[in-house]
Amino acid sequence: MSVVAEREARAQALVRRKRRERRGLKRVVRRIPFYVLVAAIFVYALFPFYWALRSAFTAESELFTTPLQYVPDHPTTENFSEVFSNGVFMRALLNSTIVAGTVTLIALALGSLAGYALGRFRFRGRSATLYVMLSMTIFPQIAILGALYTMINRFELYDSLRALILSYMILVLPFTVWVLTSFMRALPRDLEEAAYVDGASPLQTFYYVMLPLVAPGLVTAGLLAFIAAWNEFLFALSFTQSPEKYTVPVAITSFTEESAFDQPWGQIMAATVIVTVPLIVLTLVLQRRILAGLTAGAVKG
Amino acid sequence: MSAIEPTSAAAPRPRRRRSTRLQRKQTRLAWLMVTPALVVMAFVAFYPLGQTVYDSFTDRQFLGGLEPTRWVGLDNYRDLIHDTIFRDAVVVTVKFTVITVSFELVLGLIIALVVNSGFKGRGVMRAVMLVPWAIPTVVAAQMWKWMYDDVFGVVNDSLVRLHIIDRPVAWISEQPLASVAAVDIWKTTPFVALLLLAGLQVIPHELYEAAGVDGASKWHQFWRITLPLLVPAILVTLIFRTLDALRVFDVFYVFFGSRLDTQTMSIYNQNTIVAFGDVGYGAAISVGIFLIIGLFVVIYTTFMRVQQQ
Repeated sequence: MSVVAEREARAQALVRRKRRERRGLKRVVRRIPFYVLVAAIFVYALFPFYWALRSAFTAESELFTTPLQYVPDHPTTENFSEVFSNGVFMRALLNSTIVAGTVTLIALALGSLAGYALGRFRFRGRSATLYVMLSMTIFPQIAILGALYTMINRFELYDSLRALILSYMILVLPFTVWVLTSFMRALPRDLEEAAYVDGASPLQTFYYVMLPLVAPGLVTAGLLAFIAAWNEFLFALSFTQSPEKYTVPVAITSFTEESAFDQPWGQIMAATVIVTVPLIVLTLVLQRRILAGLTAGAVKG
Repeated sequence: MSAIEPTSAAAPRPRRRRSTRLQRKQTRLAWLMVTPALVVMAFVAFYPLGQTVYDSFTDRQFLGGLEPTRWVGLDNYRDLIHDTIFRDAVVVTVKFTVITVSFELVLGLIIALVVNSGFKGRGVMRAVMLVPWAIPTVVAAQMWKWMYDDVFGVVNDSLVRLHIIDRPVAWISEQPLASVAAVDIWKTTPFVALLLLAGLQVIPHELYEAAGVDGASKWHQFWRITLPLLVPAILVTLIFRTLDALRVFDVFYVFFGSRLDTQTMSIYNQNTIVAFGDVGYGAAISVGIFLIIGLFVVIYTTFMRVQQQ
């Protein structure tokens, strides 16, 4: 009797476990389409990068043959060494760094001052200034291209990096002000008040108390400014002419060489990889900061 | 805050007098701090904008040393209305905008929902989504241009291997708008998804729990809870993307240069000003673009106001 009961109990436990397993399996099966979708998104987002990478590491002689090799048979760094010995491109990397770096620093200096005033003080004209800044963030740059073009020529800045630094301010300054204002506003009052009580002047308070506190905001706004200036194409194309003034985007569109084919795609892809990798690293490391800045600028606005 | 309020309630009068003096001082200081930024903006934005409007009534030429610039009244605008190249450019741009923005919204919403549903590797996914956004548009355009190559491009190769097409297509010359739109959709959808994701994350979780208790299906929950509450985020995203798409320049420039039938408004404008040096007429085109973009803003904001009521 007890033996039978025991056996029955064991059988029931087995059935239960099997059922549970089957249910778990069912859940996994039900999740399969979901994970297929996730994989599809990954492939969609990353495949063009893979292809650029693959083409950059393929020798030109193999690049222009069919059937295509999805993984290079004889990976080579030949394209990269060509690009690194390409004076125009290396110069463009330097130019872009100078322009984007300067623009970022100026925007942060002016933007943090304005952001402090707009975020911490109540004064007449405050919201009007904020609205002007916000409307400037969606300003179509093309609308002032002609006037800027004449202005830059009048000041004899045409074909100089200073022309780009000047004109990129319109691209970068409004949203720097906007982002930093929202960061400043979110800071607690106590420290600022403590500084005032201790007899610090507003500028001292700004410099020694607020600026260190808002450092994450500076990183966010600075990064967005740098990327915007680094990626800009329309002004760079219109306000510079000689190859030694090219920025990276302009240089990458004017890659030509005595190649058997119309364009040296291997080298272009190598250049693409060189330009993209630092940006990818920067984005991955600082993704939280970027997201904070983007949502402060867009969704809350 | 709470520590200050009682004192101000207890002694309102002296405090108020002091705060006005303080306020006046603060106002002066605040303006002092805002001024540098405003001066720069005045120099690179407000002044050129005014200049553009003025130029649009003149025949200003870039190499204007030869003849003085003359006031021509509405001539430029009259020409603009009859300019078939500009009309074609408007059509191309609007088509591009409608195609890309609608694809980006739908795909972006799907991706946002996937990421929001919480699964392993969600953080990685969010990082991956930022990557296309971060790279220069020109670089993205070059990568795709190579992928579109008629003979050695991976798009043709993979589509032929998968038997979706039976022979290679010269994508850029045969399907100009679709191929250029695909690049923009690839580059911008992740960004749209991130904006929508931010909107999704502020929807209170209890709503779904309550709906779950009431036996509403996921599908129902999406239509009845998610979508209605996401409308503000969707509208903001829509405005941002539309304004961006209407001024598209980079991708078209890389793909087509200034090929006539695929000019966007911005390409035509840049070409008129920089290549032909026709600053006066270019200014009129700029104002035209500005008005067209303004029209979209008005449509959206009216729609938003109606939505809110």
